[in-house]
Amino acid sequence: MSQRVFVTGIGIISGIGNNVDETLQSIKQKKSGVTEIKYLKTIHKGVIPVSEVKLSEDELIEMAGVDKNEPFTRSTLMGLIAAAEAVKNAQIDDIKEHRTGLISGTTVGGMDKSELFYKDLLETTNHIEYIETHDCGDSTERIADYIGVRDFVSTTSTACSSAANSMILGSRMIKNGMLDRVIAGGIESLTRYHINGFNTLMILDKEPCKPFDINRSGLNLGEGAAFLVLESEDIIKKTGKKVLAELTGYGNSCEAFHQTASTPEGKGAYAAMKEALGRSGLKPEQIDYINAHGTGTDNNDLSEGRAIDRLFGPNPPKISSTKAYTGHTTSAAGGVEAVLSVLAIQNNMVFPNLNFKNQMKELNFKPVTELLENVKIDHVLSNSFGFAGNNSALIFSRY
Amino acid sequence: MEVYIKGIGNISPQNTIDSSIFLDEIVSHDTDFVSCIEPNYKEFINPIQLRRMSKLIKMGISASKICLKDAGIENPGAIITGTGLGLVGDTEKFLNQMLDNNEEFLAPTAFIQSTHNTISGQVAIALKCFNYNNTYSHRGFSFESALLDGMLLIKDKDAENVLVGGFDEITYEHHSIIKKTRWVKNETIKSLELLNHKTQGTIVGESVTFFSLTGKKDENTYARIKNIKTIYKPESNEEIEAKIDQFLAENSLTKDDIDLVVLGLNGNIDTDDVYYHLADNYFNTNYAYFKHLSGDYHTVGSFALWFAANTIKHQRVPEIARFRKENFTEKPIKNVLVYNHFREVDHSIFLLTQ
Repeated sequence: MSQRVFVTGIGIISGIGNNVDETLQSIKQKKSGVTEIKYLKTIHKGVIPVSEVKLSEDELIEMAGVDKNEPFTRSTLMGLIAAAEAVKNAQIDDIKEHRTGLISGTTVGGMDKSELFYKDLLETTNHIEYIETHDCGDSTERIADYIGVRDFVSTTSTACSSAANSMILGSRMIKNGMLDRVIAGGIESLTRYHINGFNTLMILDKEPCKPFDINRSGLNLGEGAAFLVLESEDIIKKTGKKVLAELTGYGNSCEAFHQTASTPEGKGAYAAMKEALGRSGLKPEQIDYINAHGTGTDNNDLSEGRAIDRLFGPNPPKISSTKAYTGHTTSAAGGVEAVLSVLAIQNNMVFPNLNFKNQMKELNFKPVTELLENVKIDHVLSNSFGFAGNNSALIFSRY
Repeated sequence: MEVYIKGIGNISPQNTIDSSIFLDEIVSHDTDFVSCIEPNYKEFINPIQLRRMSKLIKMGISASKICLKDAGIENPGAIITGTGLGLVGDTEKFLNQMLDNNEEFLAPTAFIQSTHNTISGQVAIALKCFNYNNTYSHRGFSFESALLDGMLLIKDKDAENVLVGGFDEITYEHHSIIKKTRWVKNETIKSLELLNHKTQGTIVGESVTFFSLTGKKDENTYARIKNIKTIYKPESNEEIEAKIDQFLAENSLTKDDIDLVVLGLNGNIDTDDVYYHLADNYFNTNYAYFKHLSGDYHTVGSFALWFAANTIKHQRVPEIARFRKENFTEKPIKNVLVYNHFREVDHSIFLLTQ
């Protein structure tokens, strides 16, 4: 375990833009992607707001340049676009030149097509080409084939921390010299399945979400895909290529408390952040910005906030959740927010926590509510916490 | 890599819970698919919790406890699972409710339990284990990724021991769907006669199989996992041979050092070719197969690892699992190689030593 791990490329598609540039523009203009449902066919249209990628499937197929007769799920299409952008951004001409892996995170997998055709699949032989797009691995393999990755493929599935866990495995494989380069991140399209699932848990806000606000009343779901190109120190030394940031720390800890809730004191969140700090060798006061998980639910923001208070004390770094921009993109969230963390370092910027008005009584801190520019951001902590108590934290640093 | 199997908990279509026996009595499954022999869950889970749990969660918690008891470990340094399709029963339940009721009047339980990380999370809750926790879901690399992750944790000294498991379940409803693909046999067969049916497709099975891995050898360890490798979409048998050569060389072995090759033969005439090729043209040793005992599924690699580890521990290959029986020669079992592939896309190799 000696190799350092560098971020050399980023790619993203979400409700606030179809690429990195559009994403940054939306952030600067405080433009949220959360709107009335347009593309997903559900009875919740007009009632539950979400952040959809603002493209139909035909438009996604055209953007990705793939055969419309092939069975592509919406998740996969978004994944193709974001992964290809990341590879291009990293100026990779020949992906086979170095041992390269793809590790993607997803939980819903191909459910958007399964739920559409399920009764047909049970009762008829129509749409049977979508039987094999249901599982989580389908999207990863299609993305790997699209960008030409052969040396390693895998898929993490830890709900809302999936993409963060992809980056953790990728980083460890590079550090161990098993791969030279890993394209890591996550994908998730909106489905009726998980909108209804989250709805039964009564954690969806019918208004734009208000992370860390005393009057917060739930999260907005979102969709998207985001990937980072992680490369070994050896490649960087050999090629002298541009480095966007270094992945200096990671932590993974299980809450072991409840399938869908975290402890009020945020035990798992605290442990994941503390481990990430320990691995990076950084002191809490060296973190300049925390891109919080901050979903806007009662439970998450309280437990995460308390864990931040406990770890960072009375003078915490600048903190914001960008979920009010992108919605909660679940398995993609760790990737989306890792891309935003890298952008914060590159642009010396802290992104506002939209819709925040009043501080939570239980917490010492208020999130940042305005776009901060020209603030030196050297180290960013990015949190991703999921169902089943899967908590992960990543630290990105200026190189 | 110094990684040893210290304990196993395997709930499968065979009698695999008692680690002192090794395929002594064989169960033939003459049904559409091959289901697990379920244990008496009350031995592992209290009755109040038991009522709320779906079958796979019950099997998951039970198998993890059997494994840790076998290993003599109370709380593992990490819990990592792999699953191809996750909690199929719970997923079907919520999906059907949603579709039948037009997205209204839904209860959350099946949804909550339907994420793929439910088992790793529930096992963590049952053990109060706050350590590293992860779940992989990638077809024929689901269990293999979990195993790789666990081995890396031990190698990097992030954990002294890890609990690694593979799980998949097959339901009537899901079987009725995948029967429409070319991967599942149309005819109902006797599972033990799997290789006699030279037709398209295989028989589907299931298991929940946990391993306790440690970096320290002691007298109770089953075997050492020397290394594993995944190969994505190899283009030819030559490429596969070259990859095996390279893999063995990296582990300071040649193919002549392998005492037993465990093959993932699943009776599908479309995709079994590589196994016959390796047996006929590449290796020259003893062979075994196992999918007539377990059926085939995304995480069948976990059953294969259980099988391979037990051949080393018990120093025998059960008669029922011998392939190319006529050439089988009795010899000490020191090095075992497992070769398995999922639909000719995801190929994996495990190398075990005594």
